[in-house]
Amino acid sequence: MNMVNIKINGIPFKVKENTTILEAAKLVQVKIPTLCNHPDLPPSAACGMCIVKVKGSPKMIRACATFVEEGMDIITHDPEIVEVRKTVLELILSSHPNDCLQCPRNGNCELQKLAGDFGIRDVAFPQILVNHPADKSTQSLELNPEKCVKCGRCVEVCQIMQNVWAIEFIGRGFNMRIAPSADTFLNDSPCVKCGQCTAHCPVGALYEKDDTPMVWKGLRDPEKHKVVQIAPATRVAVGEAFGLEPGTLTTGKIYTALRRLGFDAVFDTNFGADLTIMEEASEFVERFLHKKGPLPLITTCCPGWVDYLEKFYPEMIPHFSTAKSPHQMVGVLSKTYYAQKNKIDPAKIFMVSIMPCTAKKYEITRTEEMFASGYQDIDVVLTTREFTRMIKSAGIDFLNLPDSEADLILGEYTGAGTIFGATGGVMEAALRTAYYFITKKELRDIDFVETRGLDGIKTGKININGTEVRIAVAHGLANVEQILLEVKAAQQTGKEVPYHFIEVMACRGGCVGGGGQPYGATDEIRKKRAMGIYEDDRSSEIRCSHQNPYIKALYDEFLGSPLSEKAHKLLHTKYHERPLYNK
Amino acid sequence: MSKLKTREDLVRLREELKSKEEKMQKEGKITRILVGMATCGIAAGAEETMKAFQEHIEKMGLVNVEVKPTGCIGKCSVEPTVEVQVPGMPTVIYGRVTPDTARKILEKHVAQKILLNEAIQDKPAIDIIKEGV
Amino acid sequence: MPYKRYVLICNADKCKQKKSNEIYEFINKELIAQGLKEEVQVVKCGCFGFCSEGPIVKILPDETIYCHVKPEDAKDIVQTHLLKNQVLKNLLYDNSQSRKNIGFKYDNYRKQLRIVLRNCGVIDPENIYDYIARDGYKALEKALFELKPDDIIEELKISGLRGRGGAGYPTWKKWQITKETASDIKYVVCNADEGDPGAYMDRSTIEGDPHSIIEAMAICGYTVGASYGYIYIRAEYPLAIKRLEIAINQGRELGLLGKNILGSGFDFDIELRYGAGAYVCGEETALIASIEGNRGMPKPRPPFPSTKGLWGKPTVINNVETWANVPVILTRGGKWFASIGTDTSKGTKVFALTGKVNNSGLVEVPMGTTLRELVFDIGGGIKGGKKFKAVQTGGPSGGVIPEEYLDTPIGYENLQQLGAIMGSGGLIVMDEDDCMVDISKFYIQFAVDESCGKCAPCRIGGKQLLEMLNKISQGKGDIEDIDNMKRICFAMQKASLCGLGQNTPNPVLSTLKYFEEEYIEHIKDKKCKAGKCRDLVTFTIDPAKCVGCGLCAIKCPVNCISGEKQKPHKIDQSKCIKCGTCYEVCKFGAVIRK
Repeated sequence: MNMVNIKINGIPFKVKENTTILEAAKLVQVKIPTLCNHPDLPPSAACGMCIVKVKGSPKMIRACATFVEEGMDIITHDPEIVEVRKTVLELILSSHPNDCLQCPRNGNCELQKLAGDFGIRDVAFPQILVNHPADKSTQSLELNPEKCVKCGRCVEVCQIMQNVWAIEFIGRGFNMRIAPSADTFLNDSPCVKCGQCTAHCPVGALYEKDDTPMVWKGLRDPEKHKVVQIAPATRVAVGEAFGLEPGTLTTGKIYTALRRLGFDAVFDTNFGADLTIMEEASEFVERFLHKKGPLPLITTCCPGWVDYLEKFYPEMIPHFSTAKSPHQMVGVLSKTYYAQKNKIDPAKIFMVSIMPCTAKKYEITRTEEMFASGYQDIDVVLTTREFTRMIKSAGIDFLNLPDSEADLILGEYTGAGTIFGATGGVMEAALRTAYYFITKKELRDIDFVETRGLDGIKTGKININGTEVRIAVAHGLANVEQILLEVKAAQQTGKEVPYHFIEVMACRGGCVGGGGQPYGATDEIRKKRAMGIYEDDRSSEIRCSHQNPYIKALYDEFLGSPLSEKAHKLLHTKYHERPLYNK
Repeated sequence: MSKLKTREDLVRLREELKSKEEKMQKEGKITRILVGMATCGIAAGAEETMKAFQEHIEKMGLVNVEVKPTGCIGKCSVEPTVEVQVPGMPTVIYGRVTPDTARKILEKHVAQKILLNEAIQDKPAIDIIKEGV
Repeated sequence: MPYKRYVLICNADKCKQKKSNEIYEFINKELIAQGLKEEVQVVKCGCFGFCSEGPIVKILPDETIYCHVKPEDAKDIVQTHLLKNQVLKNLLYDNSQSRKNIGFKYDNYRKQLRIVLRNCGVIDPENIYDYIARDGYKALEKALFELKPDDIIEELKISGLRGRGGAGYPTWKKWQITKETASDIKYVVCNADEGDPGAYMDRSTIEGDPHSIIEAMAICGYTVGASYGYIYIRAEYPLAIKRLEIAINQGRELGLLGKNILGSGFDFDIELRYGAGAYVCGEETALIASIEGNRGMPKPRPPFPSTKGLWGKPTVINNVETWANVPVILTRGGKWFASIGTDTSKGTKVFALTGKVNNSGLVEVPMGTTLRELVFDIGGGIKGGKKFKAVQTGGPSGGVIPEEYLDTPIGYENLQQLGAIMGSGGLIVMDEDDCMVDISKFYIQFAVDESCGKCAPCRIGGKQLLEMLNKISQGKGDIEDIDNMKRICFAMQKASLCGLGQNTPNPVLSTLKYFEEEYIEHIKDKKCKAGKCRDLVTFTIDPAKCVGCGLCAIKCPVNCISGEKQKPHKIDQSKCIKCGTCYEVCKFGAVIRK
């Protein structure tokens, strides 16, 4: 890689060829202000905040989209540049509602931060807002065009990162806004509710539906028996809302906080993860060894992915594992197994799921199988973001809480369960147990590192007792197409399938990078959160799902065996072809 | 149209067309009328003017009169415009040529070689290809 | 019996004012006196575009031009020129004084020089043979069989041809960069989107001479190594599209487009793509996005299309007028082209001269022609004898130029220095009845409608400017608005992503530069002297002058004028919409506009 000589603010230095001015400036302690720029996405060059002067050009150019060239002489800030940036910011503010105090991004908003950094005291221009109602059609996401600053991140994410193409720019000029094709509602569009748009939006234009009022209501009801479960990815991200590094495990504190909020029982989705492995690994063995179903088997714990496959590749439905997602399993068991064991009327159980995921909000009423307990198995889903807000509004001093334990009946988990939170974790957990199911022997080295990491597509060949098992792991929905096309190509030509087992996570990084996680996720943060997950695994006593004593007890006392009739009734679901557009 | 397969084919075609035109100019038998049929002309009624020329030529039984459409002559404010090339007379441009004026042009200018009064426009520029400049 | 000679006497407004009618009568009388009535026909003629030298008399077929003719000269003209065949030297047009460097060496009084439009008005655009007979495809032939790509670029360099779309980038450089960027596929694109309101140069060029574009694009393909071209033409030009389609088909039939052109081994073909009503798609990166099937939004440059354009491949994209110049540069030579125009702006420019001039229309003049010549000679002066106020150049991206700079020779840098731009060639003439605030508002409204919306400075800045201008034109402006507008304009110029946003402030800034008093009048005095801003204008009828003819009442579109016959009429102010019709039609000057 060639190095080029440039000067920034009079400081000469060398930098790699394919670096943008924005990146290069960081090397000389300059953080050029940006709004539309995001490290996940190619620069959109829209907002106009990052302009700098380059000697020889009469224009001011955008640092985010311009690569350095030999001999470039750059000024990143002089009074004129700052004045132009300030005017641009004032213009943006003049078309943005002035209600920070009532906004879901109050205190956590990139535009607010810019306005603060620039010391805006007065916007000289009159306020002109885009007048269009918000789209609240899905149960998971809300889109408010009034607050949109047209950075274009959500469109890039939905089109390039996720390949869903649910939203696009509509209209032109000042009245341009973000909406699905033909200006329909999100619920009538291909939207899979993955929430990546909400995770990338710099302001309060796209956000998760706020279900905390429902939870507070449930908590206040003396008749209800309140139970809650937390996702694997939540435990490494909650701490960020309180100043901790991403990836810090705060599991014990979370349990305590939940009890103090008023929950009668605290479960853990990781138990559900272990259970999912029991069911799904058994499924895999059925298909792989006994040819009882088509291969590859594809994981289904990600509801964004489920919606995507039902809409875009319904012909591949037979490949889906029929196992429900972990939290749905815990949900249905809380209102059957747990209720029966503790003689509680299941009608009175109020089950809350705290997830890193916005799609889970729609998943809980997806099909009638989500009511397998006889009631809605999960009553409310909260995202990690809503949960941290609840802790704060309750005044709980999270950082100083003592640790506590979960209710082990549905709360004890192994290392295999916790790694569900990272991309490749489901695959790794499944392999650990599948090995045992196939060979009846315990693996010595249970770390399948080929499943780990942030590469969009990871493949591997695993040797199980002399037989080759070919696996593939994809995260970020745009990476799914390639794998499925390879499978289809093999099917059409009658060749052997390239993969036997495929894991798909809709969100980049897996659930740690979920649409409901704390704002500002970058690859760096995803890596750190994943490291916390793998740390949780490494420090666990038991690291394989089939070794979880509480799982064993569940089967002995209640379910019988994996894939039993009862297991099917409670823990498995069906899939349906769904239209891309409803109209 | 037969395809031009080589350079020589094109050169030959060009020579043929040029000498044909030269011959026509030398013989001085054919009257040519160019009707400006760009959008501004058509918007001002050039299509009706064109039709009028064709109709009246037939009615009057005029022979050796060629009517061709052409692009913007350059006098957009007085459309429809028409260039009249009668051998032995200077080439002139007429402006505001209604179907009625078309008839008059044929009756007076073409048939009697008399210019129409209060209708002529000066050519905006010379023809750089013809004059070789 | 054909006449031997014809005398053409200019009968347009300016010459009429200087007694051209009398010249006509006197010449007729003298012809009868000299017995030449059967030999010489005298006719009245339209404007020669030469009003500063009027009254004009032209003798055909001699092609003699007499200037500053007076009725007394009639006798001389008949006796000396028509009878004795001696040219009157004192009346002859003497072009030795003016325009030495900007024309070519040809003794010609005509201010226009049609290079781009060389075939328009001469050939049948739907007949490829007409084009070939006038040296059509000679340049392509020369390129394929006599010239190397480097030779062609050298010829363009010598010619000094600069992009005619408005930016004025040296065409040879653009082609060279694309030629030298290594790639398996390259493209050639013609920008025929022509979105400027009032501009129709490209349309006329395509409607009159579509093959010039096709030939030029093929030459470029040969030069840079491309074998496919796209013409992006706005759907609002159905006739131009039709003529292009016919031309392309005829080209293919004759083998001048397609595989192995004329046996040279060079392949080239062209496809049409239609715009869909977006001015922003005239910007090159947005145009490329549109061809690719994406939303027409600009991308940051660099990288420029010459290195990374259509589908990421090196692409030459030029304006229609630039293309039309290429074949004639190759057949006549770059040196010939460079002999026309000024030092920095070579060749000619086509302008759409419109507005309050007598001779509106499409004109092509050598660079270096002054604005005064364009407006007062070729344009024939201001309609209705009103007072000139300003000329607007460059469309929505340009600016206004007031009277004091009318002697500026036209050129890229010259106009830029005045705060206007050459643009694609729109030239709108304004008189005393045009309000500068209203003009700004018109252009900003256009820019707001056409902004793609991607970048904040243009999207929001344009809207804010429009709101302020609306306020000012309604008499609700504050004096701070002027400084605020200047601030927004500066930010838009520096921080907008593409030329649309960067140039939107130009009309505002240039009208503020030259006509700031008008803005202040609107704000402080709440007055619009030109009478355009409806909220600041009142129409009343002077009872002293009104004779009660009732014409205004008949013409009033909202029936707000009442009165009995022969008695003074009255305007109902509550219903009046300030259209000004009564002001225009009153023959007695009884309507007062304040």
